[in-house]
Amino acid sequence: MAPSTSSALTLKVNGEKHTLSVDHRTTLLDALRERLDLTGTKKGCDQGQCGACTVLIDGRRAVSCLQLAVAAEGREITTIEGVADGDRLHPVQQAFLDLDGFQCGYCTPGQICSALGVIEEHAAGWPSAATTDIRPEAGVPELTAEEIRERMSGNLCRCGAYVSIVQAVARAARAEEETV
Amino acid sequence: MTTTTGPAAVTGAVGSAHTRVEGVAKVTGAARYAAEVPFANLAHGWLVLSTVARGRIRSVEAEPVRRMPGVLDVLYYGNAPRVDAAYEGMMGRPDPTVAVFQTDEIPCAGWPVALIVAETSEQAREAAESLVVHYDKEPHDVDFFPGRPGSYTPDGDGMRVEKGDVEAELAASTHVVDAEYSTPEEHHNAMEPHAATARWDGGRLEVIDSNQGSTWIADELAKLFSLDPASVRVRSEHVGGAFGAKGLRVHQVLAVMAATVLDRPVRVVMTRRQVFSLVGYRSPTAQRVRLGAEPDGRLRAVDHEGLNLTSTVHEFVESSASFGRPMYAADAHRSVNRVVRLNVPTPTYMRAPGEAPGSFALESALDELAEKCGMDPIALRVRNEPEVGPVSGLPFGSRNLTACFEEGARRFGWAERDPRPGVRRDGRWLLGTGVASATFPVIVAPSTASATAEPDGTFTVRITASDIGTGARTALTLVAADALEVEPGRIRVHIADSDFGPATIAGGSMGTRSWGWAVRDAAIELREQLALGGDIPAQGLTVRSDTGAAIGALAQKERHSYGAQFAEAAVDVGTGEVRVRRMLGIYAAGRIINPLTARSQLVGGMTWGLSMALHEEAVRDQITGAHVGADLAGYHFAANADVPHIEADWVDDPDPDDPIGIKGIGEIGIVGAAAAIANAVWHATGVRHRHLPIRPDRVIQAGSPRA
Repeated sequence: MAPSTSSALTLKVNGEKHTLSVDHRTTLLDALRERLDLTGTKKGCDQGQCGACTVLIDGRRAVSCLQLAVAAEGREITTIEGVADGDRLHPVQQAFLDLDGFQCGYCTPGQICSALGVIEEHAAGWPSAATTDIRPEAGVPELTAEEIRERMSGNLCRCGAYVSIVQAVARAARAEEETV
Repeated sequence: MTTTTGPAAVTGAVGSAHTRVEGVAKVTGAARYAAEVPFANLAHGWLVLSTVARGRIRSVEAEPVRRMPGVLDVLYYGNAPRVDAAYEGMMGRPDPTVAVFQTDEIPCAGWPVALIVAETSEQAREAAESLVVHYDKEPHDVDFFPGRPGSYTPDGDGMRVEKGDVEAELAASTHVVDAEYSTPEEHHNAMEPHAATARWDGGRLEVIDSNQGSTWIADELAKLFSLDPASVRVRSEHVGGAFGAKGLRVHQVLAVMAATVLDRPVRVVMTRRQVFSLVGYRSPTAQRVRLGAEPDGRLRAVDHEGLNLTSTVHEFVESSASFGRPMYAADAHRSVNRVVRLNVPTPTYMRAPGEAPGSFALESALDELAEKCGMDPIALRVRNEPEVGPVSGLPFGSRNLTACFEEGARRFGWAERDPRPGVRRDGRWLLGTGVASATFPVIVAPSTASATAEPDGTFTVRITASDIGTGARTALTLVAADALEVEPGRIRVHIADSDFGPATIAGGSMGTRSWGWAVRDAAIELREQLALGGDIPAQGLTVRSDTGAAIGALAQKERHSYGAQFAEAAVDVGTGEVRVRRMLGIYAAGRIINPLTARSQLVGGMTWGLSMALHEEAVRDQITGAHVGADLAGYHFAANADVPHIEADWVDDPDPDDPIGIKGIGEIGIVGAAAAIANAVWHATGVRHRHLPIRPDRVIQAGSPRA
């Protein structure tokens, strides 16, 4: 008997469980876009170089094009469609909208998911290549423009919206701090 | 409809900042791009490209692939439907590349040789990777260099322009600059790869696409497939970037072919690697600039020659030498664009085609001349301001270049600049500042629009415009609001559907100007009809406009946007690293409709200029004739960490011949930006960099500052 080339699995996306049968070659990105009709997650390069397909997996940002769908079973996946609270935009989304942190909008879902990760990682004290003092006792580094640029560099934007993206992430991070 | 003059009806929408009308859809992921519109019974197409750079296809081994799971068909030159590319489209004769699978000849690497159509994308991809194609290889030639044998000056407007005696003026000049510059092959790389879905529905061909003009694409597809134009409908609601690359390309043609053969909807999406050889790119350029000047900087001669490449199947000219023609007064002007045909894909329009590489060369040369004359580079440019078009003799529409420099100099702190190169240090960094001029032609093309008053008090505007990220949809909403004298919130603007009637493309920075004119005309006439009173019928009251006659009546002038580019660079001559610390661009680019999105456009263009100056370079392997590293790791364009704070602003400069005052802002931001950075690198180090990108190895080889 030929080996099976597909499997049934359950993906938990934005808090909702979806049971489906997928080709083993299917990436998480294609499962989201072509099987679950969650097309907010974008395909820019399909090889982990542009960040357009960034989602959160168990709260950590990941490029969904380099993840097979079958390997994502049992994980908590958050896509751009799960970021807002109903009709109320998340502060990161609101800041991107208000400060025009995008132009064509194609990299935007990945940028926003990545920004959510950046704000969490920074709050947890993770250093970046732009952090000048990485000693544990130095505490949480200030989230400067330099830090944001470095931490957001996995997400390419060809329209050249970086200047506004940095401002949007800074504004959203401040909003988060104020609500804590 | 002829109401094109008269005072603008202003409710204050135009000129005030508005977030994008489709912005919420874009930040929530709800906006659907071309590959994301669902279709029942959809089949997936996957392209197979040639691995040789010249030759003939001996055989396509389709049969084994047809037996693979899910495969529905294999299209190639042996079985593809016939098409006819001998037509004139909106942009002239098409690149015959669009007549895909019509011949067994291979003129370049990455040439489409087959399309696999399968039930799923995974099946199509595996079959595409399994397909065996045999070639009869022939020798190829992809070698591009200055003075390349076989180059020629094309026929056609503007390829060669001469005024006065350049050689005599150069001989009589006190100061002469004679330098060669080069720019590499550059690729658009819109974040959304090209994608199209085609289906036949009740005798009509429907295409969901990502393009810069649905009228344009519908017209080309009708001509290519010999269809009644009324039977073709193309839509392109959201476009994930374009920059000149999203015209008619093989993906739309193949989707139509496959949908026709299989009688079901077919989607064709290019991979990132395929985009590098299928959608065009900016040709590399090799330029020579000679300037001659009096001791006071007054120009006697401007001589600019630019060489670029094209394919063996189509002539596309990157007119870099044309940049200076409307810019500087001189006794003699000569500019010549030359081209050489090689075994490469055909290049195409890419953001500021001609102006982007041309401005790098000429605006760098002016900086060199300023150094020789011992003049401030801004003063040199102001000294050579022309009264009329330097070559054409035509009057200017409006020309506010000097105002841009004055405002920019004030804000950048130019007056405190020490002109000496190589004397400022900040730790391991040498610091310098530079300037350059920008210009881009003001273009307008006929368009039609409709405006409908709905019974519920709202308005609907329809126009086959394309919002490729420019903010056109929002700008047109604001234009309609002022013309109708209602709040923007009561207006819905629908775009990018060829059924709305003919309109021009998003290209040449002419989209918003051309569409805005048509939208304003329709809206004003609708308002006038509504003012007569009476009930609005259930289907609404609709008015149509056509700007063809008004645009045809425009007098000939030198119409351009202008800008002053400022940059500060930090250079580490030990590691070769160049960091841009800040950029400022001040523009005179017509009336600004939406300051929020306009600033994004201009800053985006400047970001392209930074990327061009320091990063972008596609490298072709002479042995294979194909690219090295054709992906976003091998082809680096500016990432977030490469880009400092960039400021863009403008001076008041409404176009006197446009009913709204628009000029166009899509391209001018990149023009001159690379030169400003290169001039700043010289100011930092004392070394001229005449070849882009200014890579670390070039900086290291250039050595330490002379100071």
